[in-house]
Amino acid sequence: MWKRLEKHRSSKSPSGMSSREYLSEEELAWIQEQVEEKKKLITTMRNKPWPMAKKLTELREAQAFVEKYEGALGKGKGQQLYAYRMLMAKKWVKFKRDFDNFKTQCIPWEMKIKDIESHFGSSVASYFIFLRWMYGVNLVLFGLIFGLVIIPEVLMGMPYGSIPRKTVPRAEEEKAMDFSVLWDFEGYIKYSALFYGYYNDQRTIGWLRYRLPMAYFMVGVSVFGYSLMIVIRSMASNTQGSTSDGENDNFTFSFKMFTSWDYLIGNSETADNKYASITTSFKESIVDEQESNKEENIHLTRFLRVLANFLIICCLCGSGYLIYFVVKRSQEFSKMQNISWYERNEVEIVMSLLGMFCPPLFETIAALENYHPRIGLKWQLGRIFALFLGNLYTFLLALMDEVHHKLSNEDTIKNITHWTLFNYYNSSGWNDSVPRPPLHPADVPRGSCWETAVGIEFMRLTVSDMLVSYITILLGDFLRACFVRFMNYCWCWDLEAGFPSYAEFDISGNVLGLIFNQGMIWMGSFYAPGLVGINVLRLLTSMYFQCWAVMSSNVPHARVFKASRSNNFYMGLLLLVLFLSLLPVAYTIMSLPPSFDCGPFSGKNRMYDVIQETVENDFPNFLGKIFAFLANPGLIIPAILLMFLAIYYLNSVSKSLARANAQLRKKIQALRDVEKFHKSVKGRAIVKDSGDTLKGSSKNATQLQLTEEGTTPHSTSPSQTLEKKAQGPGTSSSAGRTVLPTTRNVPVSQPPGVRLNSSQPLPQTHPWRSTSGKSTRRPPPH
Amino acid sequence: MGNKQTVFTDEQLEAYQDCTFFTRKEIMRLFYRYQDLAPQLVPLDYTSYPNVKVPYELIGSMPELKDNPFRQRIAQVFSEDGDGHMTLDNFLDMFSVMSEMAPRDLKAYYAFKIYDFNNDDYICAWDLEQTVTRLTRGELSAEEVSLVCEKVLDEADGDHDGRLSLEDFQNMILRAPDFLSTFHIRI
Repeated sequence: MWKRLEKHRSSKSPSGMSSREYLSEEELAWIQEQVEEKKKLITTMRNKPWPMAKKLTELREAQAFVEKYEGALGKGKGQQLYAYRMLMAKKWVKFKRDFDNFKTQCIPWEMKIKDIESHFGSSVASYFIFLRWMYGVNLVLFGLIFGLVIIPEVLMGMPYGSIPRKTVPRAEEEKAMDFSVLWDFEGYIKYSALFYGYYNDQRTIGWLRYRLPMAYFMVGVSVFGYSLMIVIRSMASNTQGSTSDGENDNFTFSFKMFTSWDYLIGNSETADNKYASITTSFKESIVDEQESNKEENIHLTRFLRVLANFLIICCLCGSGYLIYFVVKRSQEFSKMQNISWYERNEVEIVMSLLGMFCPPLFETIAALENYHPRIGLKWQLGRIFALFLGNLYTFLLALMDEVHHKLSNEDTIKNITHWTLFNYYNSSGWNDSVPRPPLHPADVPRGSCWETAVGIEFMRLTVSDMLVSYITILLGDFLRACFVRFMNYCWCWDLEAGFPSYAEFDISGNVLGLIFNQGMIWMGSFYAPGLVGINVLRLLTSMYFQCWAVMSSNVPHARVFKASRSNNFYMGLLLLVLFLSLLPVAYTIMSLPPSFDCGPFSGKNRMYDVIQETVENDFPNFLGKIFAFLANPGLIIPAILLMFLAIYYLNSVSKSLARANAQLRKKIQALRDVEKFHKSVKGRAIVKDSGDTLKGSSKNATQLQLTEEGTTPHSTSPSQTLEKKAQGPGTSSSAGRTVLPTTRNVPVSQPPGVRLNSSQPLPQTHPWRSTSGKSTRRPPPH
Repeated sequence: MGNKQTVFTDEQLEAYQDCTFFTRKEIMRLFYRYQDLAPQLVPLDYTSYPNVKVPYELIGSMPELKDNPFRQRIAQVFSEDGDGHMTLDNFLDMFSVMSEMAPRDLKAYYAFKIYDFNNDDYICAWDLEQTVTRLTRGELSAEEVSLVCEKVLDEADGDHDGRLSLEDFQNMILRAPDFLSTFHIRI
């Protein structure tokens, strides 16, 4: 291709400069295409399956080509601008590379995760990678809230003690600094920037005229918007890699053979465990393959399954009712004086205990059902999900009752405040000439701020959840490991292989816990801006604590079952939880009036009125008109209809693409079959000539209906194939193997007539229990 | 960026960054890992493109590889002459392909080569037997091994020639949900 260019040049006028400048349009286009191709090659060089030496030479060639001809393209066409653009593009590529380098450096905990991967394999490590990702998301949310809401209020808003909402009421003042009060998020913490009630409803604050109520509202909305965007982006990038057709069940043995070894393992004990688990898994599949369907008592199984589901539904309803009852009781407690610690924290304790004890209970009940472990795991996950969801929503409902109750009290409080102030200013006994000092903010009667109350509840729930999970890990994993390790010397049976043994890391339980905690954060962050900060701290400590706990007290799984086909399962769950936590917040914003004396929206009829106000007062008039026009239902409804139509259209396009894909696949398959047929025909011709008796039959092609039976059954091959046909209806490919009569040794393994010996009992290891004495597993030495 | 290193020229580092999935820092870290394997053998100055190979025994003793039943095959596939002795280029190549940033089809291509023990561009039944034996460390009986190999050929052999070609293998492995996460070495 270079020669062509050179020839063209030399055919032009001999004078050097002018021939260079004169390049026809097509030449230009062609060079441009080549340059683009070379550039593309450079960017995808690392994806090429070539050895490094070849990659380096190709890279150098491509780069030289681009250098040489890029200049040529620029001639006669605003050359300077073109050169400038190229320079900027190069600088941009360099900048992106440096930025990527920097970003990779910033990723924390890489070595810790590598350690865990090498000891436990990729599935346990995937939990920690997920935790790290959550930490990143929460960090961004924290930055948003902290930078745009908390900092402006602290720096530019009115200080503590200046207005009633920012001051501890006189009645609570003496106890406000007590640790027990602070631990419950009352006292000075309640009247700080961590909670909704602290914020003033001034339209603008400080010399920057920062519009705090508007900022508060927009930050609340963008927290959800950002979370939604990042979850969907993560899901999309996960689906990029996979081309799943849903036919994965056809490849059990292949997947076991080629994808069961975890290349991340870097520890000999883990490797031993892995070998054992792979062996067990192969043996299981072999047994599954050979066992015919036992005539199980279908009715008994069905009855047991229905019974199990019924029991579990009872448990779920029971737990929901318990939470409702406990929340109601806590409302009564709050009216009493002198409540004990237990009564104060009853709600959180009950919720955490339910979360801790119900999953194992579900597992025990599920033993009745007798499902395959993978299916059983799915059911278990579904039930735990239902449990958490039910608990959360019951909690919310009970909370809503309280909110409504508080709201109904507001009118009376308003009256009381009004009369107190009135009396204070008009009472006799004061000289009228001296202006009276305003009523101290601590003395002003206060409305019960329902938003702060809700925020406090979520804070307390988060903290108690964190404590309960840490205590569970300490007791359930660490103490258990200590007991097994040290008591083993003086105990009757082998503790390590037998009953308690070391705990395995419960991946799905932990992931679900993480997802639901994030749901609670999303729900509560609008009412308690400080909640996200607490969550960041919590995730940080969780990371270190759980890394330590896993390495010191857990052992790798005996059998690994992934609950899902792809990573998108947990992301999908996260998305669902995001929507579910958006609902209550949206409901309260839209339909409940804000408290009259606390928070940035006090005094308004609804919280979203702040937007209308801003649009009216701060934006130029025509923008207001535009917004009013856009908010017209007559415009919005057609827009929604248009979106539905777009979804329908894209859906049908993707369906037709999938169909085209399937057809192309069939074509490829048919072409291959045709090739094989031709080869076998040729082969048979050779065979017939040489008088050899090796025969084969070609497979039924979908379109070429050729079934050749071997005419001379010299070896046992046709009988074997007939056998195989009888045994496996699904293994259609065994209908024929083209035994090519080439000189090469086709090392077909032992003839499958061995299958007849399957009546021989295989070494009986019960598939679901690992062989004892071989797999005493220990947690990795520190 | 302050580059105080004297091991590579800038162009070399840029070229490596273009040809692998690693950043500059990671490439330097990999170089020092390589150098640590054989400090006497590997010079600290690669600007003159020295031709140095680290023998397989040292490569196979790296903590990331020492427990892997396929470490010999991995080293053989990525080495210059197929004998397992690796230059720095091979070393970088190997870890680049095994890193988590490598795309599926690239990994599938190299996985095929790794599991093709006799290097005949097909995974035949003998290759499968070798794989299973290494995976189970000889715990399965001969019948079980042959049964497994047969099942695999049944499942994955699309053109029914008794062995897996690259397309058969790719077809099968690209549908595996676990492939990307297990065929991954973090370094």
